[in-house]
Amino acid sequence: MTMSEGDLAVMELRFVRAAMLESQPPPAGMRGAVGWLRENLLSTPFNITLTILIGLLFAWIVPDLIRFLLIDAVWSGADRDACRELVQNRTVGACWPFVFERWPYFVYGSYPLSERWRVDVFFVMLAIGVVWMLWLHAPRRGLGAIYFFAVVPITAFILLTGWRAIGLEPVDTVLWGGILVTIVVAWVGIVVSLPLGILLALGRRSPMPAVRLFSITFIEFVRGVPLVTVLFMASVMLPLFVPEQYSPDKLLRALVGIALFASAYMAEVVRAGLQAIPKGQFEGAMAVGLGYSQMMRLIILPQALKITIPNIVNTYIGLFKDTTLVFIVGIFDFLHTVEVSRIDPKWASPVTSTTGYAVAAIFYLIFCYAMSRYARATEARLGLSDRR
Amino acid sequence: MPDSAKAKPHIKPSKLKTDMAVDLIGVNKWYGDFHVLRDINLKVKGGERIVICGPSGSGKSTMIRCINRLEEHQQGQIIVDGVELTNDLKKIDEVRREVGMVFQHFNLFPHLTVLENCTLAPLWVRKIPKREAEEIAMYYLTRVKIPDQALKYPGQLSGGQQQRVAIARALCMSPKIMLFDEPTSALDPEMVKEVLDTMVGLADDGMTMLCVTHEMGFARQVADLIIFMDAGQIIESNVPEEFFNHPQHERTKLFLSQILH
Ligand SMILES: Nc1ncnc2c1ncn2[C@@H]1O[C@H](COP(=O)(O)OP(=O)(O)OP(=O)(O)O)[C@@H](O)[C@H]1O
Ligand SMILES: [Mg+2]
Repeated sequence: MTMSEGDLAVMELRFVRAAMLESQPPPAGMRGAVGWLRENLLSTPFNITLTILIGLLFAWIVPDLIRFLLIDAVWSGADRDACRELVQNRTVGACWPFVFERWPYFVYGSYPLSERWRVDVFFVMLAIGVVWMLWLHAPRRGLGAIYFFAVVPITAFILLTGWRAIGLEPVDTVLWGGILVTIVVAWVGIVVSLPLGILLALGRRSPMPAVRLFSITFIEFVRGVPLVTVLFMASVMLPLFVPEQYSPDKLLRALVGIALFASAYMAEVVRAGLQAIPKGQFEGAMAVGLGYSQMMRLIILPQALKITIPNIVNTYIGLFKDTTLVFIVGIFDFLHTVEVSRIDPKWASPVTSTTGYAVAAIFYLIFCYAMSRYARATEARLGLSDRR
Repeated sequence: MPDSAKAKPHIKPSKLKTDMAVDLIGVNKWYGDFHVLRDINLKVKGGERIVICGPSGSGKSTMIRCINRLEEHQQGQIIVDGVELTNDLKKIDEVRREVGMVFQHFNLFPHLTVLENCTLAPLWVRKIPKREAEEIAMYYLTRVKIPDQALKYPGQLSGGQQQRVAIARALCMSPKIMLFDEPTSALDPEMVKEVLDTMVGLADDGMTMLCVTHEMGFARQVADLIIFMDAGQIIESNVPEEFFNHPQHERTKLFLSQILH
C-alpha cells in the first residue's frame, strides 16, 4: 500500500457536513386521501382482503336498509291499511305512522297524560347533569357533581313518584314505562355500580379476612347467576324477607337487583385495573407517608380507573342493554313497550314488527355508540400524561 | 451549596429528636422459610452517612425497606428516631413522615405533574397550605436543578431528571432521614453523575443517609461507614479508607476485587 492510496482511503472515510438539510414535506403518497387509504386500508394483502370483504358487506346491507327505512317507507296513515302491500299495491318499507302514533307510549309508558311534563322535566334535568359532568370545560364541575349525584336523584324521585304535600299526584311505578324506565334503570345502575364496584374491589384485596370473604362471596355469587335469576330473586325472594306492607316497590326491587349485579361486574373490572398498577406506586405512596385511603384515592385509583375506562364503559354498555331484561319481572321498559305495540291489532301488518325493532335498534345504538365515543375521547385525553 | 442557608429562609431544617437516627437490634426477617435478614445490628447516629453494598440478593433492599416498614420484620427491634416500629399504624405513619425514600425505579406518580408529585404529601400528610407547599417544592426542584420542568409529567423527563424529582419529592416532606435504594443503577451512565451530585450536596448539608449503592467513588467521598452484606447478614463494616484498602473478610475481598475493575 503506497502512501497516496492510504491518503485516499482516509479521504473517503472523512466527512464534514457543509450545509444543514432543511426539513422537507413527506412524499405525496404518504399524505392526503391516498396516503390514508394506503396506510389504513391497503397496507397488506390481508388488509386488502378485509377491505374488500367489508366493502361487499356494506354494499349488500346498506342499500336494502336505506330502501326499507326511507325510500319505500310509509310516512303517514291512520292505521294498518297504510302499511299493507295488498292495500297500497306497492312495496312497503318501514311503517312510520305506527311509530309516530305510538311514540308517546314508547317514551312514557302508561304514565298519566296530565303528569307527563314531570318526566320531561326529569329528562331535562338529567341531560343537564350528564352534560355538566361529561363536558370537561364546563364551569364549576364540583357543583355539577353535587347536582348530578345528590340534587337530581332526590328531585327525580320526588318528581316521578309524586308527593301530595307539594301538589304532585303520586304515580304508581306500575304505570311507568318506555324510555323513562330504561333511562331510570340504566342511570341508577351506572351511578351505583361504579362506587360500589370500587368498594368491592378494594374489599377483595383487603388484608382483613372478613371484609375479603364478604367481597369475594358477593362478587362470585352474583357473577355466578344470570341477571334474569337476580331479577327473579329480587322480585320474588325479597318480599319473603320484608313484611308485606313494607314490601318495596316492584321497580325498586329490579333497580336494586340490577345495581348489585352491575356492581359485581364492575368490581372485577376495577380489580383488574388495580392489579395492573405496579407495586412501586404503592411503595412510592407509602414512602411519602400517605395513609391507605389517601394512597388509594390520590394515587392508585386514578391510575387504575384510567386504564379501565374502556372496560368500565364496556360494562356500562352491557348494563344499558341488560336493562331490557326487566320485562321478565313485568316492567315495561322501552323494548317491552315496542314489543307490546307491535302486536297491537290496529297496526298489524307484515312490516310493523320490523319497524318497531328497527326503532329499538336505532335507540340502543345511539346510546351505546355515544358512550363508546365519549370513552374514546376520555382515553385520548388521559393518555396525554402517559407519554413516555 | 455555599449559600443554601440563605436561599431557604422559610424552610425549616428538621432535627432529629434523639441522637440515634436508626437503631436495628437483632433484626431477623423471613420470606416464608427463606431467612432473608439474619441478626442485623446497626446503629446510625444523626448526620451519619452509611453506604450499604453487597452482592445481589444479599438483603440490602430488604434491610433498608424495613426501616420505613415497606417490609415487616419478624424478630428484633427497629427504632427510628425514638419510635419503635411495630404493628401500630400510627407509629408506622409517624416514621414514614420523617423518613424519605428514593427507589431504583423512581416510583414517581405518572398521572401527576412534577410539581404535584412534590406537593402531594406535604398537602395531604403535613396539611400545609397549597401556596406554601408549592414554594417548598419549587425550592427543592431548584436545588436538584430542574425548576423549569415543574409542569411536565414524569414520563416527559429523562431518567436522571426523574430520579432528581424523586429526591426532591422526598425532601419536600423535610425528612430527618433519607433512604436510597440503588438510586443510580437504572440510569444511563451520563445521568448517574447528576444524581450523585445531588446526593453529595445533600450529604454536605448534614442529612442522615442510608444508601444502597455500588458507586464506590460516591462511597469514598461521603460515607462515614460502609457496610458489606452477604446472605442476609452484615459481613463487615468499616470506614471507607479501611474498607477499601484493608478489607478483612474473604467475602469482602472477593466482592471488592470484582467490582473495582
Ligand atoms: N417478596 C419477596 N418474597 C420472597 N422472597 C423475596 C421477596 N423479596 C425479596 N426476596 C428475596 O430476598 C433476597 C434479598 O432480596 P433483596 O431485594 O433485599 O436483595 P438485594 O440485596 O437488594 O439485591 P439487589 O442488589 O439485586 O437489589 C433475595 O434472595 C430475594 O429473592
Ligand atoms: Mg435491591
